Amino acid sequence: MKYSKLKTMKTVKLLALLFVANLAFVSCSSDDDGHDDHDHDHEEELITTVIYTLYHGNDIVTLTFQDLDGPGGADGTYDVSGPLAANTTYSGTTALLNETENPAEDITEEVEHEGDEHEFFYVSSLDDITISKLDQDEDGNPVGIETSLTTGDAGTGSLTIILKHEPNKPNNGTPDDAGGSTDVEVTFPITVQ
Amino acid sequence: MKQYLWIVALCFYSLVYTQNCTHTLDGTVTDFHDGTPLSGATIHNETANTYTSADIDGRFSFPDLCEGTIVLVVSHVSCEPKRLEVDIPKKRHIDIHMEHHIEALHEVLITGTSKEEKTSIQQMVHKKQIEAFTDKSLGDALNTLSGVSSLNTGNTIVKPMIHGLHSSRLIIVNNNVRLFDQEWGDEHAPNIDINTSNQLEVIKGANTLKYGSDAIGGLILVKPKKYASKDSLFGSTSLSLNTNGFGGNVNSELVKTYKSGYYAKIQGSYKQFGDFKAPDYYLTNSGIKNANVSANVGYTSFEKGFDAFYSFVDNELGILAASHIGNVNDLVTAINSQEPRIKDDFSYNIGYPKQHVSHQLGKVEAYKRFKRLGKLSMQYDFQINRRKEFDLRRGDDANTPVIDLRLFTTSFQPNLQIDVFDKAEINTGFLVRFQENDAVSGTGVSPIIPDYEKYDAGIYATGNYKLNLFSEISAGFRYDFSEIKARKWYNTTDWEETYNYDELFPEFESGITNNSKTLTYPEFSFSNFSANLSYMRHFSDDFELFLNYGLASRMPNPSELFSDGLHHSAARIEIGSLTLEKEISNKLIASLQRNNQYFGFTLSPYVNSIKGYMQLIPTGITTTIRGAFPVWEYDQVDATIYGVDLDLEVRINKQFSYKGSFGWLRGTNQTEDIPLINMPAGNFTNSISYYNEDLNQLSVSLINKTVLQQKNYPDYNFYTYNAITNSNDYVDISTPPSAYTLFSFTSSAYFKVFKKSTLKLEFNVENIFNTSYRDYLNRLRYFSDELGRNINLKVKINY
Repeated sequence: MKYSKLKTMKTVKLLALLFVANLAFVSCSSDDDGHDDHDHDHEEELITTVIYTLYHGNDIVTLTFQDLDGPGGADGTYDVSGPLAANTTYSGTTALLNETENPAEDITEEVEHEGDEHEFFYVSSLDDITISKLDQDEDGNPVGIETSLTTGDAGTGSLTIILKHEPNKPNNGTPDDAGGSTDVEVTFPITVQ
Repeated sequence: MKQYLWIVALCFYSLVYTQNCTHTLDGTVTDFHDGTPLSGATIHNETANTYTSADIDGRFSFPDLCEGTIVLVVSHVSCEPKRLEVDIPKKRHIDIHMEHHIEALHEVLITGTSKEEKTSIQQMVHKKQIEAFTDKSLGDALNTLSGVSSLNTGNTIVKPMIHGLHSSRLIIVNNNVRLFDQEWGDEHAPNIDINTSNQLEVIKGANTLKYGSDAIGGLILVKPKKYASKDSLFGSTSLSLNTNGFGGNVNSELVKTYKSGYYAKIQGSYKQFGDFKAPDYYLTNSGIKNANVSANVGYTSFEKGFDAFYSFVDNELGILAASHIGNVNDLVTAINSQEPRIKDDFSYNIGYPKQHVSHQLGKVEAYKRFKRLGKLSMQYDFQINRRKEFDLRRGDDANTPVIDLRLFTTSFQPNLQIDVFDKAEINTGFLVRFQENDAVSGTGVSPIIPDYEKYDAGIYATGNYKLNLFSEISAGFRYDFSEIKARKWYNTTDWEETYNYDELFPEFESGITNNSKTLTYPEFSFSNFSANLSYMRHFSDDFELFLNYGLASRMPNPSELFSDGLHHSAARIEIGSLTLEKEISNKLIASLQRNNQYFGFTLSPYVNSIKGYMQLIPTGITTTIRGAFPVWEYDQVDATIYGVDLDLEVRINKQFSYKGSFGWLRGTNQTEDIPLINMPAGNFTNSISYYNEDLNQLSVSLINKTVLQQKNYPDYNFYTYNAITNSNDYVDISTPPSAYTLFSFTSSAYFKVFKKSTLKLEFNVENIFNTSYRDYLNRLRYFSDELGRNINLKVKINY
């Protein structure tokens, strides 16, 4: 079992080479795209705010949900500016905002842009409230950013606004039938008087 | 190999002999089947620690033996080593018959000379079985062993589980390098190409100290092949095709060896599957693309050597489209609908959600033997793991991952093996390791795991001592010190109010706040102590008894400490805790084995008592803009897991054999006196095999596997308000699916082709009856059934 010096040298050289190669490799890879601070990593696609604005002449009712620190942290807040009038037709507009950005980012535009992949649903526990969607995506299916809301008799209940991502379109108008995954689901207490 | 053994023999020859010993034993070693002499068989006289080998006629001779009983261990290539006792001088001549081709019959050898330590309780998967899993994963291959199960996400993300424990509680060692690939996540499968390995070993007992102090569940060793020193060039190529997923893989390797001891190997594989199919529908977006290359060069001799290894694994894994859900109501819909909401036609396309993970591993190891001391080895290694998880996103972010983490780990570890003593062997060494996690910016989402740096240092010593001819004892201890320094933005409300961290950890605060977030620098250090004590005894008639006790402790991993965010496929918010302490396990395991070619078995009961067991459990509901989400938080309880593994092998006659295995365990949360979550249900496997040596080594097996329903589970079900239906919905996230039983068929045969090549053909059918079933340990069990029937054809050519 004799080994020539040459072979030992070869081994040592090869080991050294590998080691250096590793070091170079390692140091390169830890320098590339990483290491800047993540302070710019705002929640880019976060939706912090849902505003449903209902107009009937000078009568304006806004339903606002706001959760500025996103999931976790402080709970979201619901704010309804006032009661709806009975047997009245309102025109409604829904806006989605990311208020962690400055100025606030309007997510509604993205939804409108990708209308065929999104749809809003409006469900009320008050049976005689009817809501129809006025806008359409490129395939002629409803999107639901623009709506018309008609109230019936007086009463109190809730109004739920749901935004589905990748729903079945067309569907029978219910969120269950639409499937997809839920991007927004907020429930407001409402009063009709 | 023979040369080294000769040298060992010669060394000991000069050391041992002072007594007046004059007896001689001679004998022959022949093949059990045809009586041909097995030249080159090694005969080890364990009593005197001397070696000899059989000559060309299979003859050998041991001169100068002392009076008394000696133990001989006879081994030959592709034979199972044989152990026998001989009375000297009563016996002067012995004829030994070796069982060839034993591997084909004994799929899982429960003993062998290549064990980590003689006293360890372990099981192995050999190359031939690994080949059957060439287009599957490490977890799938290990799943065939009793006591080993897996935690799955769909069917391509398979995490091995030993005795109910997984993730950070298992140490996975690939090519002598401990794998660090963000193993903490339930849906993070180990990034190992199974085709690079020659043998897989699962150590259930405590003999794991060389690799770490935190192997609370056990150790998985992925071992490469060692090559003989001769001038040779050989290789193999295999192709596997499947009807389910309309895909397969191709794997090729080429090895060059030199008589001088140098060797080089290069290997590559590519795997692709499209959407897999459950019996009734395609699992949309469940495909996989996987590419691997590995290279290995080295030099080996008795005295010194080195080994350099590099591997690159790149995985693109589709996640079942239907599992992307928005909130609890979506989850309820999924659970109640029985079928996935997205069932498209077959496609090779991997859309979102998906994972894209690459893993690089490199190491250089060198060793030198010193006379009258032992073997000193040094190892340097590095790993870079890059994990990108893509979700369904809106607008400009559609192609941006939601998770993008890079984990870099490097370590240096010398080991000294002192084998100069007659009856004892000592292994000692230390380890230094640096790890850095980089939450790559640009995801547009707060990272679920923050940036951190981690430093580890460890020192260990283990020793084996031969008590007498038949029994051996081993003991060891290990101490590790770890420090982790992180940088994380906490939600200010969470930091100050929800978790009260501002009072518990004021020293972590940086004083910087921005946009209702607080920047913190959490720092923790942990000291872990672990130890083991093991005993092994041979009895006559091939019986062996093993007893293992192990103390292991584990510090909380970054996921347990820092997790903070929405997990889409699970529709839950997962939250770590800075107040977690280390968990400490005391495990006792026994194993009674009989390793006999006609009737062999292993019966192995165990109990593991874990103090401060960290678990992720549902603790409440939070309301987000997407609606209600259950919050899952890490907490700590005292837990006990006990169970039993049983393996049986019966050779009915020359052609037929039976093999069975059974695993059962019970995990209890002692603190609350309820069962532990995600524990495997009792399961058993029966297989009957036919083997005919003369007919192209034809092997045919019929296998039945039954998994019982898990009746012992914690009930974390809850109600959620559904505004659409104005009702409270019951969310059944806990009830395990029903029991199932599956049949599969395997067959293989070898053919001689060309001059020196052999061709192996395999034909297999999985889930023969196309049974629909779901498994408790699949995280996507709420959304779809498991895979239906698959017909597989494999061709392998050795050249």
